[in-house]
Amino acid sequence: MLHGIVRKLVLSAFAVVILAPILLIVVTAFKESNEFYANPVGLPRNFTWINFRSMFRDQSMGLYFGNSVFVTLLTVFFILFFASMIAYAIMRFGGRKGTLLYGLFSAGMMVPVQVNMIPLYSLVSKLKMTNSLTGLVVVSVSVYLPVAVFILSGFMKSLSKELFEAGSIDGAGEWRMYTRIALPTSMPSVAATAIFLFVMIWNDLLYPLLFITEKTKRTMPLALLQFQGEYVTNFPAIFAGVVIASAPMVLAYLLLQRYFVAGITAGSVKG
Amino acid sequence: MKTSKWLYLFLLPGTLLYLVFFVYPTLSGLYYSVTNWDGISPDYSFVGLEHYRTMLTGDLLFSKALGNNLRFMLVVVLAQSALALVFAMLLVKNTKTNILLRALYFFPTIIASISVAFIWSFMYDPTLGLVNAALKSVGLSSWALNWIGDVHIAIYSIAFVQVWAHTGQVMIIFIAGLQAIPEDLYEVARIEGAGRWQTFRRVTFPLLAPSATIVVAYTTIQSFKAFDLIFAMTGGGPVNSTEILSTYIYHTAFQNYKFGYASAESVVFMLIIALVTILQFRLLRGRTA
Repeated sequence: MLHGIVRKLVLSAFAVVILAPILLIVVTAFKESNEFYANPVGLPRNFTWINFRSMFRDQSMGLYFGNSVFVTLLTVFFILFFASMIAYAIMRFGGRKGTLLYGLFSAGMMVPVQVNMIPLYSLVSKLKMTNSLTGLVVVSVSVYLPVAVFILSGFMKSLSKELFEAGSIDGAGEWRMYTRIALPTSMPSVAATAIFLFVMIWNDLLYPLLFITEKTKRTMPLALLQFQGEYVTNFPAIFAGVVIASAPMVLAYLLLQRYFVAGITAGSVKG
Repeated sequence: MKTSKWLYLFLLPGTLLYLVFFVYPTLSGLYYSVTNWDGISPDYSFVGLEHYRTMLTGDLLFSKALGNNLRFMLVVVLAQSALALVFAMLLVKNTKTNILLRALYFFPTIIASISVAFIWSFMYDPTLGLVNAALKSVGLSSWALNWIGDVHIAIYSIAFVQVWAHTGQVMIIFIAGLQAIPEDLYEVARIEGAGRWQTFRRVTFPLLAPSATIVVAYTTIQSFKAFDLIFAMTGGGPVNSTEILSTYIYHTAFQNYKFGYASAESVVFMLIIALVTILQFRLLRGRTA
């Protein structure tokens, strides 16, 4: 009995700790700046869209949103494409060659971002790829590739080898077996990897911070970081930005919650 | 097994990118670390191990950042693992309410850490923030502090935010571990008349060791590499009290343009992470064997 009450209290307390800050910033995003200073934590008396409007009108939030969509979609697509081909080849090679390739990519997961960010910066500058969204995609694909190879080849190793041997005796080419057998059967792990990557790349701050200085090329997290300097303590405006930047992930989370939890857990534990 | 030559084409695009934009920069970081390159000028010279000597003997800020790193890591690992374990045990059954609560606790994981940083900069604001408003409303005005503006507590305030954002994430790992423990073992414990604490000590805890090691390993590395939160909340201040290695490396390279020195710092940073990882793998093997 007592145990039940304590349990409920503990669980609700933590739920409040998680929810209160999130609800507060959503509410704040709908407050006018004057009202905010008079009443920083209460509900808004005059519900207003002005902060959102100014995000899109004064801050070209639409452009930044588009940049983020472009970078995220392309990066995730190419990582999944390249990593699944590599995982397929690792599985088909097997033996020493397979292990060697697997080791080459897994080693990449051990290297922290901070270690190669400086030489990467100078390489990207030399190639004149700074301030280019395509350049950002190229770099992001390369640095997030190892995790994807790791997860996908972990899964593909469990596929039946005989299936592919039979296939190749029947004259099916590698490309055909990859697209018709390996990919369709690996869909669950491809989906989990995709979700993990979507969250990572949509939210990524460091690489855009390193390579993007031009205003029109900013991604959402980078734009948010710059607002901090411009708006200083205009919290309602900043929070309208936070709400816009988080909206796609939050919506997807509400719809695909189970897959999110599974995908992010798989990605983070292995990565 | 005979495999077709075509398979090499499968490796080509990904491996090429990986070698050019990941392996090559990582290795050239080692080379820069023994030069005095400023990141811009075309000529620079070889300085041998000088950077490493300076870093380990004469750079007070480096040792301060390392100390902050360890402090931050210790608080986060202890608090986050303990909380995650408690909530995992409370939410282990797959009831509707439990699944809903798990999803809620997990929620901060999907928000960008830059957004989390803004949320908590506001929460901690000495005059406008909810934290001090709440403390004052329950009569604890003396507890209302300048959470991220005070050199003595700023690092812990940010550690709390890290815990807030990631407890739900590692809780999921514990839940998976708990659910893998066979029900019969609890049955046996009950028949033998074991109490709640004894059951936890004798059944749950030992069988949970592998998940616990994963959680601790993951949390250690994650907290060691923290960058966005600190970068956006305090930028390493006030008076370097929240400067950790990752932000210090960034500042050395991109504010002071000491690319060579920053590369040497990164190499040491990587060695520390590798050391921690190896130690933990040893521990994991020791415990599961």
